[in-house]
Amino acid sequence: MTGPVPPKTRISRATRLRLGVLAAIGAATLVACGPDTFEIPIETPIRPKLDVSAFQRVLIAGFVAGGSEDLDTNQETVRLLRSQLRNKSSLKVIDADVMPLLDIAQDQNRTANGNAAEEVAVSASVGNGSGAGASPANQALPLPQRIKDEKDLEPYERLFANVSYWKRIGEEYQNPLIVTGTVLFTPHSSAGFVQRDQEVFDQLGRRSVRPVRTYMERKGFVLRPKFVFIDGRTGATMYSESYREEILYNAQQNTPALSSYFELMDRLVPNFLSALSSQKIKGTRILLK
Amino acid sequence: MSRGLPVLIVLAVLGPASLAAADARSDAKSQVAFGISVAQRGLWREAIYRWEKAVELDPSYAAAFNDLAIAYEHEGLLDKARKSYEKAVELEPNNAEIRQNFELFKEINDRTGSAKDKN
Repeated sequence: MTGPVPPKTRISRATRLRLGVLAAIGAATLVACGPDTFEIPIETPIRPKLDVSAFQRVLIAGFVAGGSEDLDTNQETVRLLRSQLRNKSSLKVIDADVMPLLDIAQDQNRTANGNAAEEVAVSASVGNGSGAGASPANQALPLPQRIKDEKDLEPYERLFANVSYWKRIGEEYQNPLIVTGTVLFTPHSSAGFVQRDQEVFDQLGRRSVRPVRTYMERKGFVLRPKFVFIDGRTGATMYSESYREEILYNAQQNTPALSSYFELMDRLVPNFLSALSSQKIKGTRILLK
Repeated sequence: MSRGLPVLIVLAVLGPASLAAADARSDAKSQVAFGISVAQRGLWREAIYRWEKAVELDPSYAAAFNDLAIAYEHEGLLDKARKSYEKAVELEPNNAEIRQNFELFKEINDRTGSAKDKN
């Protein structure tokens, strides 16, 4: 009844044992070697470009804005930056009316020119021909009423250098950090060859994608903001930075100016915030064995 | 016999050196592997300690410099990160992963302009 085990079974057991040992060695080797690359998420902390530790409050005063008339770039920029700073900065954002800096700059210019003209008149009436400091040649250049391009913005730059004006604004709001600057949002169009991916199906219906160069007419917008950071205690400019972003769509596509503006600002906001508060930039890297 | 003698001499001279190098790489590899496992659990400071040891043990180990650079980057030690990436690229100029990591690092630095280091 309990005769010897048939040889076939014995061989089979031996083979199984050998296979088992091989499998164990294989598994151990796999664990020891494993993959050589590991993708890992990281967050790079970026320290702020500006030391704003002396300020508890920030005033987004307003911007000299120009370009497209489809939106009020000054209002939109102030609203957007205030809401971003409320969420992503430890500074308290001051709620104040948006300053019409275009008009303020023009008023300052008129006053400066009026004073200069008066001085010239006084010099002439007292027979003092010298009047060098108050000659009409020294009058400030007129400011363009409407800003269409960067050239129109240039004369407005002197508004940010008016230390006494910004010091007065600072005093009015208890010495905050003041953020101001210029924003130019202009329509833009371009035509030329662009590369895009095109779906191709072969005879068997298999889909593939290949790059194709086609001539396209595109239109969109260019956003050129310059952010100026002013110390409200002294009125002096602490730091300024300029950016340029553009977006282009197919000429047939009708994208509202406001959504293009927000899309472009969305790209710039992290840079703006990185001037004031530390940021963490998320990404992935590859660790190697 | 006479032909075998120079070979034996060379082996006698180079043998211990190459064995020592192999040992150093092996020790460094285990530090790197341990560093990876702790980094994956978010223990970046421990990972830095391990990878600093690894590059000390084997200063020709590009992967260790790459990993160290990533950890420095994560900790905001951007000057140190750049130096480690540069060393990794110098050791293995054709390693695509190292180059990609370094490019991403440089992109962030360029984007944030004058972002200061807290080294």
